Amino acid sequence: MGISVNDRSASGGEILLGDEAVALAALHSSIGGSFAYPGTPATELNEYVFSMKKKFPAVYVEWSTNEKTAYEAALGMSYIGKRAIVSMKHVGLNVAADSFINSAITGVNGGLVVVVADDPGMHSSQNEQDTRYYIEFARVPGFEPSNQQEAYDMTVEAFLLSEELRLPVVIRLVTRLAHSRAKVITRGPLRYQPMPKIKDTVKWTLLPSNARIMFNKLLELQPKLLKYSNSTPFQMKSPDNGGSKKGVIVSGIGYNYCMENRDVINTVPVLKINVYPLPETLIKEFSRGLEDILIVEDGYPYIETRIKTIVCNGDLRIRGKLTGDLPASGELNPDIVRKALGGTLKESAFTPPMDTVLNRPPVFCEGCGHRDVFSVLDEIRKELPDLEAFSDIGCYTLSALKTPPSIDSCVCMGASVGMAKGAANGGLKYSVGVIGDSTFLHSGIPTLVKAAGDNTPVTFIILDNSTTGMTGGQELPISGNRFELFLEGLGIPKEHIRVIDPRRIHYDKNLRIIREELEYRGVSVIIARRECIQIIRKTHKKQKAVNL
Amino acid sequence: MKQDIIIAGVGGQGILSIAFVLVNSAMLKGLNSKQSEVHGMSQRGGPVFAYVRISDETIYSDLIPTGEADMIIGLEAMESLRYAQFLKKGGNLIVDHHYILVNGYDKTTIDAAIEQYPRHIWVNARQIAHEVGNPLTANMVMMGASSPLLSIEETLLKDSIRTLFARKSEDIITMNLAAFDRGAELGKRFMDKAK
Repeated sequence: MGISVNDRSASGGEILLGDEAVALAALHSSIGGSFAYPGTPATELNEYVFSMKKKFPAVYVEWSTNEKTAYEAALGMSYIGKRAIVSMKHVGLNVAADSFINSAITGVNGGLVVVVADDPGMHSSQNEQDTRYYIEFARVPGFEPSNQQEAYDMTVEAFLLSEELRLPVVIRLVTRLAHSRAKVITRGPLRYQPMPKIKDTVKWTLLPSNARIMFNKLLELQPKLLKYSNSTPFQMKSPDNGGSKKGVIVSGIGYNYCMENRDVINTVPVLKINVYPLPETLIKEFSRGLEDILIVEDGYPYIETRIKTIVCNGDLRIRGKLTGDLPASGELNPDIVRKALGGTLKESAFTPPMDTVLNRPPVFCEGCGHRDVFSVLDEIRKELPDLEAFSDIGCYTLSALKTPPSIDSCVCMGASVGMAKGAANGGLKYSVGVIGDSTFLHSGIPTLVKAAGDNTPVTFIILDNSTTGMTGGQELPISGNRFELFLEGLGIPKEHIRVIDPRRIHYDKNLRIIREELEYRGVSVIIARRECIQIIRKTHKKQKAVNL
Repeated sequence: MKQDIIIAGVGGQGILSIAFVLVNSAMLKGLNSKQSEVHGMSQRGGPVFAYVRISDETIYSDLIPTGEADMIIGLEAMESLRYAQFLKKGGNLIVDHHYILVNGYDKTTIDAAIEQYPRHIWVNARQIAHEVGNPLTANMVMMGASSPLLSIEETLLKDSIRTLFARKSEDIITMNLAAFDRGAELGKRFMDKAK
């Protein structure tokens, strides 16, 4: 291993978000770079690296075009022997999956840590997929911290493990940890010698003949992974229980909800799983003599499903999300877990009639250009009831909450462009794709290239607010008139690349332009360009601070 | 010693600033703390809350269980009710008498619901903030109003306010501290009455 741990005495500690604890550990582990596409609840990790630029000037940090490009850039940095971190929300790993899975086959050189923040309860997401399946799928090690301190410590460990095994290592966070603050004792920067760059064409060139060799190497590594998972002190078992027939297996943040209810748990033994692959030996030992195990895990019933292949005992009752002891969807909390453990909730002092408390749906900001685009589109939809407006992920998705909705769909990043094209191919006359500038760059481009090549009769509206707005305003890879130049380069006629200014005073003009382009029987792109009001405010504040 | 506090309101009201003051002061006092907060979609004018847990023992859950909150600090009337079930017996409901309306919002019903709870404190935080010279200090009025109910000394809370606004002008720090003091007076009066 190219590491020598310079274990400085613990500093007084810092209050950090779970995301920030991972970021700081990566900085302390001497990363060469941090790559990410913004996505709640992972955004604050890379934001933190940006905020520490002055203290760590040698670290390269960027907002990438999408998660796949972020992943590949991190892999390239690892190739030359430097450590890299790449972070994303859970659905971002779907985008980066190709690179992720195959980087497990090649393996890495400099330590590569992949941070994936799951969103049980779908606070800001379209699903609650569980990254632990990806960890298993790729056959790489994974960590699942339960608190901010573990998030820091496990990240430091993940870099070491990545270089020892020469594999990417995953850290799975969930929203509640990513967005919760607590004190973290940090170790300060650790001394690190980058790995030497070694030419190894077999390892890095996955032609079938090489890939077979590398895949077998990955398989040969598996016992090592299992040995680590069975023996690491990050897994925790409560001391001997004195003959209890019941037990609880928890993972990650599930531990907190169990321990919050230690008055109910009492002497029932707890096995806390923080590291994957599943520690088979530990689980077998723990289960011995037990008749009933409750599995408490945030996300899918991953352990609950897999444990049956590890412990084959007909008398052992496994309870969890599959058996209805815990809800199959949504986020865990201390109340839900208390009930599953057999406890009753504490009494509320105050139970006002909850029907007085109304929903407060999020809304567009005052001065947001999206409002004006959708007021024009709403008018056109009255004239053309057959029109379908396929849309995408961003602030503008809020227009689906209007009555009637301004848009008809939102599936995943970039789907608006593909669905609008496909619907046009199927004969829909007024097929519109409405997509934000950041989302367009993220994954709208490949479909647009095909539509431009075929001159498919479809209309795209790019909502260009010159930022990634929903996640707090991250910089775009390109902005301004480079969009027009790019579209022209694809061969879309100049007269069908229309730039509009979405403001109320231009309502009539914008209405006319969109109507014209809907009638054009080829690809047309309308760029609605108006800077995000939040960014204008931020810049204004910064300028004011400079002028003081 | 353990105190669980819920701060509730709408995006942009300075909820995270209150949470910062609480958590930072707890750290100054050598206590453990955890703060769970909201980012992302809900920040666009949706309901926003922060859970702050302070204890001299290990804190496990980032979320506060039902019936365990010592205090709800509501920066908006209806929002202060959204988390009512979490209040424990003897817990306090400190509410800014301020409304941010949505369709169907009924001020009278909301007021009546809050007043049903004996340990509620109305604070005209926005009015006071205005008098102090900056409506944006309403959150610090609320921080002040809650302060006599906390097991953290006022001096530590004020130190944390200074840290929070360290990068701002001296004027802004002074105004926020003044807002805190005005709130604290109200809180103390409530405490005296409750005795």
